[in-house]
Amino acid sequence: VSSSSGEQLRTLARRSIARSARQPQVMIPSIAFPLFMLAILACAGAQATKVPGFPTKSYITFVLASTLIQGAVNGTTVAGQLLAGDLETGFVNRILLTPVRQSVLLFAQLAGVAIVGLIGSIVFIAVGLIFGVSVKAGAGGVLALIGVTLLVVIAFGAIGLLGAALTGSAAQVQAMFALFLGLLFMSSMLMPRNLITENWFKTIATYNPLSYLVEATRSLLISGWDAQALALGCGFALLFFAIAMTGAVFAMRRRMERL
Amino acid sequence: VSARSIAVTIGVSRRSAIKIIKNPVMAAAPLAVPLFMFAAFAGAMTAVGKTPGFDYYNYTAFIFVFVLYQAMVFVGIFTGIEMSGDFGTGFGDRMMLAAPQRLAIVGGYLVFTLGRGVFSIALIWAIALLTGMPVRGDALQIAALVVLALMLGVATTLWAAGLALRARSITAAALIFMSSFVVLFMTPDFVPRHLIGGWLHTAASINPLTPAMESGRGLIANTPADPELAFGLTGALILVFMVWAVRGMRAAERGPKAPRPRGLQARREAKAARAGGTPPQAAGGPEPAPGRARGPAARRARARARGRG
Repeated sequence: VSSSSGEQLRTLARRSIARSARQPQVMIPSIAFPLFMLAILACAGAQATKVPGFPTKSYITFVLASTLIQGAVNGTTVAGQLLAGDLETGFVNRILLTPVRQSVLLFAQLAGVAIVGLIGSIVFIAVGLIFGVSVKAGAGGVLALIGVTLLVVIAFGAIGLLGAALTGSAAQVQAMFALFLGLLFMSSMLMPRNLITENWFKTIATYNPLSYLVEATRSLLISGWDAQALALGCGFALLFFAIAMTGAVFAMRRRMERL
Repeated sequence: VSARSIAVTIGVSRRSAIKIIKNPVMAAAPLAVPLFMFAAFAGAMTAVGKTPGFDYYNYTAFIFVFVLYQAMVFVGIFTGIEMSGDFGTGFGDRMMLAAPQRLAIVGGYLVFTLGRGVFSIALIWAIALLTGMPVRGDALQIAALVVLALMLGVATTLWAAGLALRARSITAAALIFMSSFVVLFMTPDFVPRHLIGGWLHTAASINPLTPAMESGRGLIANTPADPELAFGLTGALILVFMVWAVRGMRAAERGPKAPRPRGLQARREAKAARAGGTPPQAAGGPEPAPGRARGPAARRARARARGRG
């Protein structure tokens, strides 16, 4: 990254953070909706802990992992709306008149997403700790939990950028969020894979990469430092990020060539 | 009910039906979340149905009733969102100009909800039966369950219509969605009420949708649990939300509230205009004492009086 690219990145990243902070309609649902689902599932799902072999006696500890990933999936909407908004208002067209590189513009959009994700993950963990969640991996585990969640947020943010670069529409990025939320429900979000008795669902959950994102965060909460779970979760997050960012850069380049 | 009102009702419902036929994504939206939830809970949580104290014959059937109601509530939510969009873009105002009885417009959206609801219920039943969900209730009990679900859809539509008509903007969509979603999820959705812990148990106990949920599960299991209470409460909800929607339509007919007149003079003129008369000074009556009045209008009146003097 040359010094001018670094300067561009800093300026656009500051703008992205300011825009995210100025849009409570984006920030509040990203935090309120997962918190509501956490409150409901923690009370309604407590019976699941009576299933023989369930890894913890606290369902809120178990389900907090999926709340963190649910919040991270919101990164799709936040990033997509930021970029789609810039495309719809013509900001990107104006930026084209300057020497800013498209990849810099895309990476900078992730700064706002990361801030929203960071605030969300801290709120979720704080609420969990207040209501009796214990982190098996200890204080370092809390930091790791925030770190893994942030990585997942950025990965889904990149997917949102790809969606916005392909469609140019905030509404269609919203539909992508619904799709990922559905996929999250089809993962091991509600029950550990080894305790799912329906074979068809176990197969779906095993092939669903979102299961591994949930299990990476869950391992820190329930079983401590599990290198395999963390490697799988972070690996999938990095893979999503690499594929989505590459796709977004190409889609953006093609979009700009058409202008 | 005049023939013209019936034509308006049919026209509104037909327009909504054509809109979703032309846009399949929009048609699938209210069904997507309930079907994902059905698959997720019936697939992942079956073991919960075998835990001590659960006492229900099948977990898929247990979750099915929640999914059926959720689908109908979502149909109501999406009809309300469509209505708020129509009134937000000004199309609702044009419909009001064409309708001698404005409630016929709400009737049109209700007919559309019922049609869409019947389709959704049929689809969810077909999926549940094809995946092997056991049903113990007889035909009459199943019919009662379907009627309860349709009644919930009507109640949600009327609630959403009241909100949409008051806001007359697409901004009502978030409120429509969140209010209905929160109330629905505060029922005994995933486990029976006696197994719910914490604040949710209290919330479920006072939630007016809980009797419908519990009674529906009783009907499908052939162990009816207070169906009279469930039908009575759901019917009461429809009546209350009907009044809410009618008052919403009256608010929409009045249009946006005019800003409150500022200053004594302006208030007197507004009062006189409301009374149907002309302002006192315009009718040759005595001018108000400018010295006692406050506000910009009164100051202007005093300046005029000084100019004449």
